[in-house]
Amino acid sequence: MTVLLSTILTLSVLGVLSAVILYFVAQKFHVEEDPRIDEVEKMLPGANCGGCGFAGCRGMADALVKQDDISALYCPVGGAEVMKGVASYLGKAAPEKEPAVATVRCGGVCSKRPRTNEYNGSKSCAVAASFYVGETACAYGCLGYGDCVEACAFDAIKVNPETGIAEVDADKCTACGACVKACPKHIIELRKKWPKNRAVYVSCVSKDKGAVTMKACKAGCIGCGKCAKVCAFGAITIENGVAYIDSQKCKLCRKCVNECPTGAIVLKGMEPLPKEPKAPAAKPAEPKKVEPKAEVANNDSVKEQK
Amino acid sequence: MKTFPVGGVHPSDNKKWSCKKSIELLELPDVVNIPLAQHIGAPATAKVAKGDKVLTGQLIAEATGFMSANIHSPISGTVTAVDMQPNAQGLRQMMITIKREGDEWMPEIDRTPEIKRACNLDSAAIIAKIKQADVVGMGGATFPTHVKLSIPDGCKAEYLIINGVECEPYLTSDHRTMLERGEELLIGVEILKKALNVEKAVVGVENNKPDAIAHLTKLAKEKKFDVVIEPLKVQYPQGGEKQLIAAITGREVPPPPALPIHVGAVVCNASTTIAVYEAVQKNKPLIERVVTITGKELKEPRNLLTRMGTPISKLVEMAGGLPEGDVKVVNGGPMMGRAMVNIDSPVTKGCSGVSVYSGKDAHRVEPSACIKCAKCVVACPMALEPYLISKLAKKQMWDRLEEEHITDCIECGCCQFTCPAGIALLDYVRLGKQTVMGIIRARAAASKK
Repeated sequence: MTVLLSTILTLSVLGVLSAVILYFVAQKFHVEEDPRIDEVEKMLPGANCGGCGFAGCRGMADALVKQDDISALYCPVGGAEVMKGVASYLGKAAPEKEPAVATVRCGGVCSKRPRTNEYNGSKSCAVAASFYVGETACAYGCLGYGDCVEACAFDAIKVNPETGIAEVDADKCTACGACVKACPKHIIELRKKWPKNRAVYVSCVSKDKGAVTMKACKAGCIGCGKCAKVCAFGAITIENGVAYIDSQKCKLCRKCVNECPTGAIVLKGMEPLPKEPKAPAAKPAEPKKVEPKAEVANNDSVKEQK
Repeated sequence: MKTFPVGGVHPSDNKKWSCKKSIELLELPDVVNIPLAQHIGAPATAKVAKGDKVLTGQLIAEATGFMSANIHSPISGTVTAVDMQPNAQGLRQMMITIKREGDEWMPEIDRTPEIKRACNLDSAAIIAKIKQADVVGMGGATFPTHVKLSIPDGCKAEYLIINGVECEPYLTSDHRTMLERGEELLIGVEILKKALNVEKAVVGVENNKPDAIAHLTKLAKEKKFDVVIEPLKVQYPQGGEKQLIAAITGREVPPPPALPIHVGAVVCNASTTIAVYEAVQKNKPLIERVVTITGKELKEPRNLLTRMGTPISKLVEMAGGLPEGDVKVVNGGPMMGRAMVNIDSPVTKGCSGVSVYSGKDAHRVEPSACIKCAKCVVACPMALEPYLISKLAKKQMWDRLEEEHITDCIECGCCQFTCPAGIALLDYVRLGKQTVMGIIRARAAASKK
């Protein structure tokens, strides 16, 4: 009995003593935290995707509360609505950003870009890219082992088993940019999101010379510059042998799509312009069009000789 | 018998197909492609343009800075292009293309078969000659030899170690070279000793080459060369620089940035030593090397004396062509070699052999889960934890990888070889090493600014 009593007594005294110590310690080391941080964190989507540049939503909430000017902060997942809510709660000006969507710029589907070898290594784009050119002769194209798929927290990007190329579901994509960072070939870009998921972009990033690109992939951009000539808005530039359409300048007029000899310019969510009225205008440019074709013929004959 | 103390594995050496074949001269190629980057360091700068006529042994590209190497033309003819061409991995790199017309050599190159032993040059003159003749490490790492021989301040070389280990399975080019050109090798050792001003020279040869050991020992005794021929217990990767130093001297090279010279050792490959002899005594630049072409299914495995820039497909042709079905052609041996996608790519200074695998051997085994058996940890000659660093690299934890000393990895492949689950550990380890090295370089560049 005495053993039981002394045990209970000792433990109780210890408990009370600890409580007193803890109380004073808590008083002494109290951290003043803005209660608004918790509130803002609740408003954020809670995806912890890192798309804002912070490790998670808590970091973003902390920054939103502490920084006076929040124009540089943006939650790509919540979008304008969430940012407006947060801004009005904090009484700051809401940052504005156009909605964007991840775009995979490679059109080298199996039928256009023949496989030249079989990859036997670890199924990772980063590993394959560190080894060699990939299963095709194009050193710039999509490898299709899905590093982007693994990086995506929203199930918005998938590798199509038929084409071997990653495809983005524009409705699910939040433009957090995780896939852009994950792609070792730097194919994925965040581009302006038009209503109804309309888009015009050059689906190729090959910096090889036209003839080399053509040999590796029939859907590649050969840098012929026809699209840049026809563009009335100065949205298209040719650099390092590859065309690039600036999505901020582009007005979706679709003229470039019909000009492209290899079909490297992709049109989404819209019908292409009718081709007939373009015919007379295209005539003077025809000799140039012959050039890549001749190269294809040469390449094919080389293959036959082998 | 000596060997290195930590880790190591015993793959079957499979040298039997080519180790009895004497070195044969490969007929001259009609066209060669010479990459400007075939050594560690900055790529050389092209000194010729399209249309230029060149002679065999003429300088066609000059070293860019100290950590770089010259390149001389391996054939005589006309330069047809200086352009991007696909290399063995299918990636484009700058190469000089030369179309052969005859075989006319530069007049100052001594092509007589006579062996010249006497060398009156001093250390600086020897190193200058080696630098001029573009000699780089021919064991695979292609480290410029003149850089290795330039001893940094505060260091002193005590040992010159000649690497005749050739621990990589399948390859026999160093083995045949030691057998057939032993005397030139030993004169090369004498020259290197003079260049480094060292007393002790050791030629390390693994015990699976008893004929080479006997031949070199006899030669050294008969012709009075002051060099020790050291037979070593067979164990992979004994040919690794740090492993060989540990095996012969018992000293451990500290982690990077420390170099072998910090423990007083300079290691030079056997073929490189002969290249040094030729550069100094014969004025001959490094324009040809012995390449082993071998494989279980090949009709005629060979050891071929090949001019640099020769398409590898030509060697394959000489060996009787590729076998039917699935084939993997590897630049190097099975442990450290790299699979090629373009067999028309050229032979380079670091290409000691080409091995061909077919059928089941051409494929990797299907991996299963890691059971944490730690066989890879036991096998790692650098005392790393491959299962862990491979996983960390997969998770892209670069800071942790640096703490785990991933930059020490010599990419020997022991971990992957020994893994009972068939996990491709080295794939991610290499990726991690590349990324971490990039991060370290970027940090160094930033701190300089």
